[in-house]
Amino acid sequence: MNTKYEEKDKLLIFEITEEIDHHQTEKIRRKMDSEIERYIPKKVVFDFNKVTFMDSAGIGMLIGRYKTVRRLGGKTELINVNQSIKKIFEMCGILKIIPISNKCA
Amino acid sequence: MKSLYENEMKLEFLSKSNNEAFARISVAAFASQLDPTIEELADIKTAVSEAVTNCIIHAYEDREGLITIICKIFANTIMIEIQDNGKGIDDVNMAKEPLFTSKPDLERSGMGFTIMDSFMDELEVESILGLGTKVSMKKIIKKQENNEEEKEPKIFTTFRM
Repeated sequence: MNTKYEEKDKLLIFEITEEIDHHQTEKIRRKMDSEIERYIPKKVVFDFNKVTFMDSAGIGMLIGRYKTVRRLGGKTELINVNQSIKKIFEMCGILKIIPISNKCA
Repeated sequence: MKSLYENEMKLEFLSKSNNEAFARISVAAFASQLDPTIEELADIKTAVSEAVTNCIIHAYEDREGLITIICKIFANTIMIEIQDNGKGIDDVNMAKEPLFTSKPDLERSGMGFTIMDSFMDELEVESILGLGTKVSMKKIIKKQENNEEEKEPKIFTTFRM
């Protein structure tokens, strides 16, 4: 996973490069949480451009980060989501709380 | 021994989380002989990943045990059975409910069975407390029109000769 932080907008971007399953989420979660606590961002963007696989472990992981970011007063957004991953997001209704943005980071 | 099925395979591996990717990729590789679309293949991979993760987190609760996957192909259908000898599910119908999870502390979404059910054409769950759980899923791989056009004239020729 690559992390980018833009101080001007207090924007934190996570470019996830792993396949998101139960095995990988623990590692991703720990890294994301430490970055979120470090920057206290106004907005967190999850970039799915390089994600080739995700199952429901990803849903749990994103909802967890959404709660943390919201508690710290920030917003969350998804970008570059492919069709098969979007299908999972839609099924779980997660897009109502973490919307997909058309803007590219 | 002549099998009823056109092709079969069996995988057995330890309930370690780094085998989740191994399991879904192996099943997808086996399924690819049916010439599925990328989307159908993604559905299969996701469903397998959900079932195997359940075995690891719930059935064995992070102790080590064996997970068995049997795949059978018949015509354009792939049947996938994922079995463990873990603790079993107390109430299968409740476990299948969307958003139900017995482990909310692990940030589980409770969507595993719902995803298996909607991504596959059939889902059956058999479980005996203390003995284990078997998840059986079926997916029909739809023939793509281009392929049919290529195949049909060939059969036609054979019949005429």
